[in-house]
Amino acid sequence: MIVHGLEPETEIDLGLGSSASGASEIATAVGAAGMWSPDALLVEHRSLWGEIWRRFRRDKFAMIGVVIIILLVLVAVLAPWIAPHDPTRQYDEGLTMEGMPVGSSDQFLLGTDTLGRDLLSRLMYGARVSLVVGVLANGFALVLGVIFGLTAGYFRGWVETLLMRTTDVMMAFPIILLAVALVSVLKPSIWILILVIGIVYWTPMTRVIHGEVLSIREKEFVDAARLTGCSNGRILFRHILPHLVAVILVYTSLGLATTILFEATLSYIGLGIQPPTPSWGQMISEGQNYYLAAPHLVIYPGLAIMITVLAFNLVGDGLRDAFDPQQRRR
Amino acid sequence: MTGAAATGSATGTTVAGDTLIRLEDLRVHFPITSGIVFQKKVGAVHAVDGLTFDVRRGETLGLVGESGCGKSTTGRAILQLIRPTTGRVLYEGGDLAHLRGRRLREQRKRMQMIFQDPYASLNSRMTIGDVIGEPLLVHKMGGKAWRKAEVRRLLETVGINPNTLNRYPHEFSGGQRQRIGIARALAVGPNFIVCDEPISALDVSIRAQIINLLRQLQRELGLTYLFIAHDLSVVRHICDRVAVMYLGRVVELAENAELYDAPMHPYTQALLSAVPIPDPEAEGRRRPVVLTGDVPSPVEPPSGCHFHTRCPAAREGLCDVEDPSLLEVRPGRWAACHLITATDSPHIRAGEDDFAVVAEGGETA
Repeated sequence: MIVHGLEPETEIDLGLGSSASGASEIATAVGAAGMWSPDALLVEHRSLWGEIWRRFRRDKFAMIGVVIIILLVLVAVLAPWIAPHDPTRQYDEGLTMEGMPVGSSDQFLLGTDTLGRDLLSRLMYGARVSLVVGVLANGFALVLGVIFGLTAGYFRGWVETLLMRTTDVMMAFPIILLAVALVSVLKPSIWILILVIGIVYWTPMTRVIHGEVLSIREKEFVDAARLTGCSNGRILFRHILPHLVAVILVYTSLGLATTILFEATLSYIGLGIQPPTPSWGQMISEGQNYYLAAPHLVIYPGLAIMITVLAFNLVGDGLRDAFDPQQRRR
Repeated sequence: MTGAAATGSATGTTVAGDTLIRLEDLRVHFPITSGIVFQKKVGAVHAVDGLTFDVRRGETLGLVGESGCGKSTTGRAILQLIRPTTGRVLYEGGDLAHLRGRRLREQRKRMQMIFQDPYASLNSRMTIGDVIGEPLLVHKMGGKAWRKAEVRRLLETVGINPNTLNRYPHEFSGGQRQRIGIARALAVGPNFIVCDEPISALDVSIRAQIINLLRQLQRELGLTYLFIAHDLSVVRHICDRVAVMYLGRVVELAENAELYDAPMHPYTQALLSAVPIPDPEAEGRRRPVVLTGDVPSPVEPPSGCHFHTRCPAAREGLCDVEDPSLLEVRPGRWAACHLITATDSPHIRAGEDDFAVVAEGGETA
């Protein structure tokens, strides 16, 4: 078997006869002979993230979800510029003679609400509320969940017992009741809302991350890292945490769907965003008494919630499928 | 009870070198607990049950035994990846078991491990340059430029193209990943390396290359190896001395050639008899010794000599009562068996039904 060395003229007869070894095996043999393996030239550089992105792109529903989310974010960010009217301004022409909301017209593209305010503008501003509360609450839950899950899973012992049993207790509470209780005691404001949702939502994240850490810490590279002298902190953040990225991404996107829905629920009961700031849940609550006469009051906010939640769910599912076939190229 | 220090173990007779690692009655017991909130200890797995032997500087000591006999646990206990339950691990005279924190990390520069699974032992999210460079970074051995040059040098030493240091482990084959693992072990400049079945997970065609690389590195860098394996033919090829383990204890320790040519302990004899001979005709003619029963559970090891339940030469009243210590029964040969004396040792052969029986007469060699 003749192998070409790094210079085109040199040939090395490995004396292996005509064997069926694969290219990488030939390469390693050359390495052992004192030269390094040339399959640096044979194998193209394949990145882990590139694979995942490619798989994600192929999922049509996930891409639809992404498009919806991008549109949603654009609307939320640009609301002050693209909303046709001030969402809190009550128009006289927004109400009929009898004081009922007006349907779709040139001035009010989606009609008005019970106080004569433009529905479309309120929907756009409502998007801001939903996104801000959803993202921040989820972020808060994420940070708590990661810290607790990592600590419990890595250090085991009484720390684990304490943290996980506390999590169990938290999960046993009916979350709506807990949220109601907390918000009633504290004044309902956007920050309280974020805090409450975050507190209620960290439990599933902690569970999931704890489970993942338990399995990752048994892997040999963690032993190897400890042996090379890494401190616990370094092992946690440099070795274990990168392996949690997949789980975190998936559960964050699914969690955003839940937190947005949760905010809508709280606002619907009146414990969330206070009027006149529009929130989709609050709009449904305001419009529900008029749903026979003016169904658009309930339908449009409801659709908005539904489409948003659906989009995040689609993205979350797509991410999970993209990460899941963990094909280790050997 | 057991584990009285082996006599005359300080100086070797053939392989030059003072004692680098000394184990004194090393025990690793994993507790078995039950209970939901409050865990109560109801038993223990006696993975390592009283090990006392030396590893000499510059030698390759093989540690062999069946799966589950405690070899890997021993390797990890020496390196303090698993904390010993009792016993001492002396490195150049200093006990490792009491070190914690920074002092332990300092000591970690002197001893390293090569793991069995080349796929799981490298962090798949780090480039191999990072993997090899991390020990250099953690021990603050030099600046960024120096580290990069050192990583390239290490890759060259193990036969990997240094230009691939930005690649991820999954882009390499199993043999190459094992080489990367070896480079990582060498990075801190250790003088003792535990090789935990380093070639078991590799293709047969690659194993010889890795073994040759290990031997070459030993010559060039003056390394001492503890070579843990269950493949007796590989151990025969590479090791200077060999220790045989059974159920958490060392039953025999001898020079390579002496162990394979004339095993003394009944278990070693049975173990070696199980190795097939490459010659089909000779293999067809010979009769391997078959031991009765299964390996007892390490949760409840047998009293006295752990092997007595399966040993054809076991004497009631002696072997099931007293633990045999690992004693130097001949110059340079240690065995843990009551029946091996200065002049006599049991000889096991296959009986009519292939099960082990004691042959008449004493020593054969």
